[in-house]
Amino acid sequence: MTADGPSIRLLPRLEPDNEFFWTSGADGRLRFLRCQDCRSFIHPPYPRCPFCISADVAVEPVSGRATLVAHTVNVHAWIPGSEPYIIGLVAIEEQEDVRLTTNLVGVDPDDVATGMALEVVFEQNDDVYLPLFRPADGSAS
Amino acid sequence: MSTTEPLERRAAITGIGQSAIGRRLGRSELDLTLDACLDAVADAGLTRDDIDGLATYPGMGTGTPGFAGPTTPEVQDALRLSLDWHDGGGEGPGQMRALIAACLAVGAGLARHVLVYRTVTESTAQGSGSRQGIGGDGGGSGSVPRFSGFLQWTLPFGAVSAVNWLAMVAQRRIHEFGLTRDQLGQIALNARRNAGLNPTAIYREPMDLEAYLSARMISTPLGLFDCDAPSDGSTAFVVSHCDYAPDAPRPACHVNAVGTALRGRPSWDQFDDMTTMAARDAAASMWERTELTPADVDVAQLYDGFSILAMVWIEALGFCGRGEGGPFVEGGSAIALDGVLPLNTAGGQLSGGRLHGFGLIHEACVQLRGEGGDRQVTRPGGRPPEVAAVSNGGGPIAGSLLLTRGAG
Repeated sequence: MTADGPSIRLLPRLEPDNEFFWTSGADGRLRFLRCQDCRSFIHPPYPRCPFCISADVAVEPVSGRATLVAHTVNVHAWIPGSEPYIIGLVAIEEQEDVRLTTNLVGVDPDDVATGMALEVVFEQNDDVYLPLFRPADGSAS
Repeated sequence: MSTTEPLERRAAITGIGQSAIGRRLGRSELDLTLDACLDAVADAGLTRDDIDGLATYPGMGTGTPGFAGPTTPEVQDALRLSLDWHDGGGEGPGQMRALIAACLAVGAGLARHVLVYRTVTESTAQGSGSRQGIGGDGGGSGSVPRFSGFLQWTLPFGAVSAVNWLAMVAQRRIHEFGLTRDQLGQIALNARRNAGLNPTAIYREPMDLEAYLSARMISTPLGLFDCDAPSDGSTAFVVSHCDYAPDAPRPACHVNAVGTALRGRPSWDQFDDMTTMAARDAAASMWERTELTPADVDVAQLYDGFSILAMVWIEALGFCGRGEGGPFVEGGSAIALDGVLPLNTAGGQLSGGRLHGFGLIHEACVQLRGEGGDRQVTRPGGRPPEVAAVSNGGGPIAGSLLLTRGAG
């Protein structure tokens, strides 16, 4: 088994446009901006919907389920003291062009497979709730 | 193909220059830059008084220590240049954006002879311990810096280096296309073979597949020899209006077409096709601007900051089909000096050293001019190379270039 992530979490600076995303996990839910006109999810957050250019955008929760697009096991200790950890790129279930870079947790690297079903789990660091992903319930150890 | 001739075709590289290249040279970036620039100006048969344009990548205050090189104002003042046009910046079609901008300036008549340079002293900066990694700008409650912009989406998860992002490109290619590490290794082995024939290359000792495969892992599936070698060095060119080419003392390398497109999302993790990214767009836009085809290319200098990038470029530029890069390079013969596509003939960045794109442009000119010495490519029938393809950049950053010996 690998570590959940690097030994030190470098954290985002909370700003008006991103604070909702990085604090969303306080209640266990993952959220994105969503266009209230064309219903597209928008990531990273922008003031207008990049699909229909509507300014009517609002934060909405999603299921927290995602599929794995790609992954790597980082071995080199860029951050001193880090043990190998898995970096994953996931696409949310609701919209495949909304992706997150994340860490895969609760799974052995040998059991990681592109396209596998994942679910979000949050790791709190200071005032930030990092969305990490583990195999969806029952699909792996 | 557009009906009007591409403006960049009015430009030619008439002079090339390079400083000393090495690990931890301990010389200042301006010192190296002036060597390369003066070398290029003399090579073009010109003097400082003839230079009326100046351009660099990336320019002021960009990146980690040793990355950006001196600014255009520093070089202008150090050489007391009188300029009609100048440009520096980091946003655009890869590192060669400075060269492309110079071509357009010459084509538009804003300047006649533009000096273009790129300088890195990353090896010295790392050796002195002054390299800080990716810098943050505070804002948290603790002592650890906080991050904004694109980095906020990757750094918290330990995706701190381009090698992490490109490792996922490689992994995705393993998944989609069945790419193997043996195949990918041919990019690195080819670079090392060619570096052995290049006196200025950083890593010249022979390397075999076993050594490649057994090197320590950095970020799966990329190991140490999938990563390029931080170096010190400066590369410079004189980009002239093509009507000067007959008067230049060395054969001019004419600019046939440039590739500048970025049609997908400009992001490491949101780009639609993980297996190609922006190389797909830059390459497509380059071929839209020329009658030449991939079959016309005699030598390819493709960006290899990481081995996987050269493979992505081979496919993006159409030297083989999408997903066929692995079989194409398998065994190494196709990309060898006597292969169908001689690749990274000076050792690329993997073994030649990370001159950050400009070393590849330099080597394209060396080959077209027939000055490659032991590594000079000769095409079937004994003819010298006439068309060179060059690419810079990876992920969401990409530019490409076709150079020809002789006009049009």
